Amino acid sequence: MSRTQQILVPFAAILAFLGLWEIIVWVNGWPNYKMASPSDLGPAFWKYRAMFLEMGWQTLWRTVAGLALAVAFGTFLGMLMGFSALARAALYPLLVGFNAIPKATLVPVIALLFIGQHDFNTVLMAFLISFFPIAVSVGIGLSTLEPEYRDILRALGASRLTIFRKIALPKTLPEFFGALKVSVTLAFIGTNLVEIVSPHGRGLGALFKSGETNGDYPLMFGVLIALAFLGIVLYYGVVVLERVFAGWAERPQH
Amino acid sequence: MTNLIEIRGVTHAYRTKTGPLQVLDDLTISVPEGEFCAVVGPSGCGKSTLTRLVAGLMKPDTGAVWLHGERVTSPRKTVGMAFQNPVMLEWRTILENVMLPLEIVAPRMPRADREARALHLLEMVGLMGFEGKRPSQLSGGMRQRASLCRAIVHKPDVLIMDEPFGALDAFTREDLWQTMRDLRAAEPFTCVLITHDLRESVFLGDQVIVLSGRPARLQYVLNVDLPADRSIDVLFTPEATDMLHLLRDQIRIAQGREAH
Ligand SMILES: Nc1ncnc2c1ncn2[C@@H]1O[C@H](COP(=O)(O)OP(=O)(O)OP(=O)(O)O)[C@@H](O)[C@H]1O
Ligand SMILES: [Mg+2]
Repeated sequence: MSRTQQILVPFAAILAFLGLWEIIVWVNGWPNYKMASPSDLGPAFWKYRAMFLEMGWQTLWRTVAGLALAVAFGTFLGMLMGFSALARAALYPLLVGFNAIPKATLVPVIALLFIGQHDFNTVLMAFLISFFPIAVSVGIGLSTLEPEYRDILRALGASRLTIFRKIALPKTLPEFFGALKVSVTLAFIGTNLVEIVSPHGRGLGALFKSGETNGDYPLMFGVLIALAFLGIVLYYGVVVLERVFAGWAERPQH
Repeated sequence: MTNLIEIRGVTHAYRTKTGPLQVLDDLTISVPEGEFCAVVGPSGCGKSTLTRLVAGLMKPDTGAVWLHGERVTSPRKTVGMAFQNPVMLEWRTILENVMLPLEIVAPRMPRADREARALHLLEMVGLMGFEGKRPSQLSGGMRQRASLCRAIVHKPDVLIMDEPFGALDAFTREDLWQTMRDLRAAEPFTCVLITHDLRESVFLGDQVIVLSGRPARLQYVLNVDLPADRSIDVLFTPEATDMLHLLRDQIRIAQGREAH
């Protein structure tokens, strides 16, 4: 695909999708309180533009903060599990068990623990829901490092830290970014979960909630579109980082 | 002449689930300074284990390895290693890959000097112009050449190679034998080469050591009396052919079959 195609094709697909949506609503003659159509969204966005910007920013920074924590903590856990079989044996069942808990059940627990700390709760949830893939991928990446890779430096008397920095860390970057793409989506879900469920919440989730309370369907659908847009921005943000830091892993296509 | 590498009475066993697996049995080998020691033996007899012991990556159960009259207890900066897998770091260019050991051994060496040293070696092995490429853009033989450069970039006095040419086709392999010979002439090092290829052992070696099947014992030592500056044609001389026959028989014995 040429460069222009790479940019134009996704846009054309999105336009086709919106067109189809408009047609379906129009053919069925659904009123606004049943299903909003794309042509209603423009006015909704314009009417609430200040809100969208403000709330979108709230959602964005909390997601990124939670994800940053997840990266730090997940990498740390992954290193523990990657380097020590003992730590792996101890942590793995705990992690799998924790990951299996539906995170919606944690919302009231967190809300009770830290009453009224909306920002903190939201970031915490984004973090809790998203560190698992990172921990697992870093752990597996490190523990499956071929011994020869370690030996080329170990044979020169390099320290474990040097081996980690020069070999193990860069070598696990492709797996790390694969996991980060999953985590960023999860963190986003975590943020919105808390925003929607909490009373007096903020962010796009809360805006959705207020649209629901007021029966403002175009607003609700507007929020959904804004969420999808933000999700795309976050995901491709990770893709850009991946290109920069792990672009070498992309083999030339034949 | 002093012996640079002394392997004295080395015995080693791996602890496995089904009990200890005896791999090396009272092995004694010496390699004089500047000599090239080729080691052959049946698959799984313990050759790679031997290289790890000489490199100080493991300690033998009993006996010891001495380098320069010093007992080896841990890895040392004066050793270079190359494996069957070239182990190139994909995120580095070929030049950066070759410079890697210098970052550990000579962290204070100016970058320009490191580059000059690495480029000099790349030129010697015929990789000039490829220094900026990624490993994935090179052929297997070229990657192995780069791996050789990396193994000797810090001027080690011991070079340990574990079947470095094992995965290459016959012509590339012969090319690399000659590269190896030229490198050795240009900058002398003492070398232990593990190989499965008897022709390789005769072409490159000053002595060829035949190990018995597991647990590996010293079975036979062949002194290769061929001129130092050998060409591939040397392998077709009657002397070389006799040596190859002799080694073949020794391998058969090592494998536990009758020689004939
Ligand atoms: N870390 C280990 N733990 C347990 N057993 C091992 C370990 N490494 C090697 N072995 C066993 O020790 C024996 C010798 O292994 P080694 O790799 O030294 O053989 P080798 O002579 O290099 O074989 P090859 O010619 O196939 O490369 C083999 O039977 C192998 O299964
Ligand atoms: Mg081996």
